[in-house]
Amino acid sequence: MPDPNPDRIGPSPSPDFSRAAGGLRVSVDLNRCQAYAQCCYAAPDHFVLHGAEALHYDPAPTAAARDAIERARVACPVQAILVEDAGNGRP
Amino acid sequence: MSDATLFEQVKDEANRVDPYPLFARLRETPVSRQSDGTYVAATHAAIGSLLHDPRISSETLPPADRPKTGNPISDWIVKPIRDRITDTHRPFIFRDPPDHDALRKAVMHEFTQERVQLLRERSHVLVDEILDKHAGSTSFDIVDDLAYPLPVTIICELLGIPTEDEPQFHGWATQLATALEPDTMADTEKRSENSRTFETISEYMTGLIKEKRRHPKDDMLSGLAVDGVPGIPRMGDYDLIATSILMLVAGHETTVNLIANAMLALMRHPVEFARLRDDPFLAPRLIEEVQRYDPPVQFRTRRALADIPMGDVTIPEGADVILLLASGNRDPAVFTDPDRFDPDRGGIRHLGFGGGLHYCVGAPLARFEAEVALTALARRLDNPRLQADPPPYRPGSALRGPKHLRLSVDGIRKA
Amino acid sequence: MSQDHPSHGRPAHDHLVVVGASLAGLRGAEAARKAGFTGRITVVGAEPHRPYDRPPLSKQVLTGGVAPGATTLPNLEPLDAEWRLGSAAAGLDRSGRAVILESGERIAYDRLLIATGARARPWPDAAEGRLGGVHTLRSRDDAAALRASLATKPGRVLVIGGGFIGCEVAAACRDLDLPVTLVESGSTVLERVLGSHLGSVVAALHAARGVDLRFGAKVEALEDDGTGHVVRARLADGRTIATTCVVVALGAVRNTGWLHGSGLAFDDGGVECDADGHVLDTDGRPDRTIAAAGDVARFPHPLYDGRRVALEHWGHAVAQGAHAGRLLAGHSIARAYAEVPAFWSSQGGITLKMVGLTEGADALVIAQGDPKTGRFLALYGRAGRCVAAVSFDSVRWLPAYAAMVAEGAPFPPIRGAVDQGRLTVLPPGFPKEDER
Repeated sequence: MPDPNPDRIGPSPSPDFSRAAGGLRVSVDLNRCQAYAQCCYAAPDHFVLHGAEALHYDPAPTAAARDAIERARVACPVQAILVEDAGNGRP
Repeated sequence: MSDATLFEQVKDEANRVDPYPLFARLRETPVSRQSDGTYVAATHAAIGSLLHDPRISSETLPPADRPKTGNPISDWIVKPIRDRITDTHRPFIFRDPPDHDALRKAVMHEFTQERVQLLRERSHVLVDEILDKHAGSTSFDIVDDLAYPLPVTIICELLGIPTEDEPQFHGWATQLATALEPDTMADTEKRSENSRTFETISEYMTGLIKEKRRHPKDDMLSGLAVDGVPGIPRMGDYDLIATSILMLVAGHETTVNLIANAMLALMRHPVEFARLRDDPFLAPRLIEEVQRYDPPVQFRTRRALADIPMGDVTIPEGADVILLLASGNRDPAVFTDPDRFDPDRGGIRHLGFGGGLHYCVGAPLARFEAEVALTALARRLDNPRLQADPPPYRPGSALRGPKHLRLSVDGIRKA
Repeated sequence: MSQDHPSHGRPAHDHLVVVGASLAGLRGAEAARKAGFTGRITVVGAEPHRPYDRPPLSKQVLTGGVAPGATTLPNLEPLDAEWRLGSAAAGLDRSGRAVILESGERIAYDRLLIATGARARPWPDAAEGRLGGVHTLRSRDDAAALRASLATKPGRVLVIGGGFIGCEVAAACRDLDLPVTLVESGSTVLERVLGSHLGSVVAALHAARGVDLRFGAKVEALEDDGTGHVVRARLADGRTIATTCVVVALGAVRNTGWLHGSGLAFDDGGVECDADGHVLDTDGRPDRTIAAAGDVARFPHPLYDGRRVALEHWGHAVAQGAHAGRLLAGHSIARAYAEVPAFWSSQGGITLKMVGLTEGADALVIAQGDPKTGRFLALYGRAGRCVAAVSFDSVRWLPAYAAMVAEGAPFPPIRGAVDQGRLTVLPPGFPKEDER
């Protein structure tokens, strides 16, 4: 049976470890990334360059990181950082 | 109307206040040849492509040629050697890989996030001190009172230059920054003056580096001067001097324009200024928009190492190429309504910090200095108004910004 | 006419079903919304998870930097979709316009996006593949299991297969200071994608980091000690490798089994699509109610003379997903999907990024930098045209080469580049067809 009230999650919801209450989801388009490392300065706890060009990032920052993540997102010269910010009411 | 080429008009001080209409005309031809044989890239696409083009070199400075002294030993032995040293140890903004990459890597290794974080906190203190000092004033010059001293103090603290030595750099930095102005480089007299300043500042740096080697501290120059880390190339003395001068000059001559241009835009768009006061977190987006709308570095010069076909035009080998970053930033093909100042435009891929290998090293500093300064100004200035619009501009066309940005204020609030 | 422009007079009960809660599926659904699709959207996913990002699974997830469950993808558009997760599609009834789930439930669609992706190619001996300690790496759950296993310090890890996943797993093992052996039947790692010339450059990197590389070798059997847990691998030459943790990294097979009986043209290599992205039936006719995107879609790539390819690239899933979403939303498609293929890998501290397809390349030049320094850019040619470029820690030059690949510029294309040595045309060293 289809869910009578199709909100967001269907009949088999998975536990969503990915997001603490109000937390964020982050993904970086690493094809686009050119390792300018501006995110690493804006949000050093969530973006780190390994070697010259390998960007490691935190895909599930907590709400407390919102400002830092936003700084990183807007500073990216190639606009490669994708953020869903449920707590801020904007995907 | 003179028959000067459009780019000559850009360089003309008469057009310093608003070069953007000239850029719009330059964009009609994405890459245009000027009568002096330089090529100007004016569209976002052309600039973006050339910033990443492997045939584009940054080694654009003409060979060093110190003035002769009349002393044959100086002129025929010392001078050629020193000219050669200067030529082979340019600051890395004027170098190509692999040398550029090695020098930049060494700098980035010292340009740690910890240092940047500490300086960010430090800039809050500095800005509050500055504004406290002017608490009783009804007039405030954004340039002299804040936009200049803040970045200068920050770059000196980053490098480890004693604050008491700073005042002597003011004139030197302004002089050396003219190396980015095409007309300076075309003028033998001006180039000589530049060389002499470079030598003066080199002497100072040589002394300072010796001191850092003897008594290293937790600063960038000490880190670069003492023995390196595995995998990080160690700089020779000449490169170290050139690098430290580069950073010193860049720290003096760019962020000042960012803060001033931002404040000018905000005074002309009071709604945005009010928004910033109510929501300091508008600042990061606002700063990116200033970097697009009115960037401190308006263009950079490169040289073609081979013929580069660009649509209908081929840039010939050896030609100087002007990358008109500030024009690409107003390209309607990329930005909707590009002449509108709009911090809410999303996904700004501006060229304000350049791009490719030479992307601005100091961009993280510029961003937080501007954020700290602008949010404090929005919070603390009571009813600021421009005393003159347009404000007077400094002479540079490549590094462009107000000479003064005097505001009348009803008061300066407490922190 | 209405078929060409379904957005005109669209009924309110219009229903877009996305099969595959994947990157391509998510970006496809978002693109449909962004293109103005206002009908219902249902996303069907075999796994019980929201769409998640896969690249970290073979990197930071294995080294413990990122939790396996943390890579759920950000939504970039308000979707207002119904999520049917943990319910795999088992069949497709095109005449009845319904997707049939494993439970037998039918979900009627008006428009359908197939984005079921691929799964890890299993170890050929099913019983051996089921032994404890034998892993594949494709899904979030796979990564969680392998991460848990690596965290127990299992002694020597055996990686079977020297493709990207195999190399990244081997690199992660060295990051964790675990001994690791990589067995590859070819002459070096990444031979099929990079050719042996550059494959050897990567192999040297792994060797220098302590990976025990065995080329021209074949694992014949995985053996247990009676407890049902792997204890050793037996090679074709009779030698054995003691190991309690094996990662089978032999590539992927497309998830097309559920299309049996649908009348669509498909096999293990993907479902056939036309240049727009509509799926083709067995007679080669497009079904304009159905599009496919991502790993599962095999389509004629205009940049490669219409050669049919199915690309397992992150950026391709995003771009083709969005293309298919717009297509299904009724957006008129100005031109066929023609994104330049692009992907990246980071392993052992180096990052390589590639644009184009090397398949069939007959020439290679080091265009800038020097493999000895670890920073360089190489360009592949095929019949005198640039077909692909790869950067090793030199990505900021790559856009220029991507443009050459997109234009099919003459090979070798440029002289006079900065940091350019002698342009020597090299044989890239791809395995012959019968060895692939």
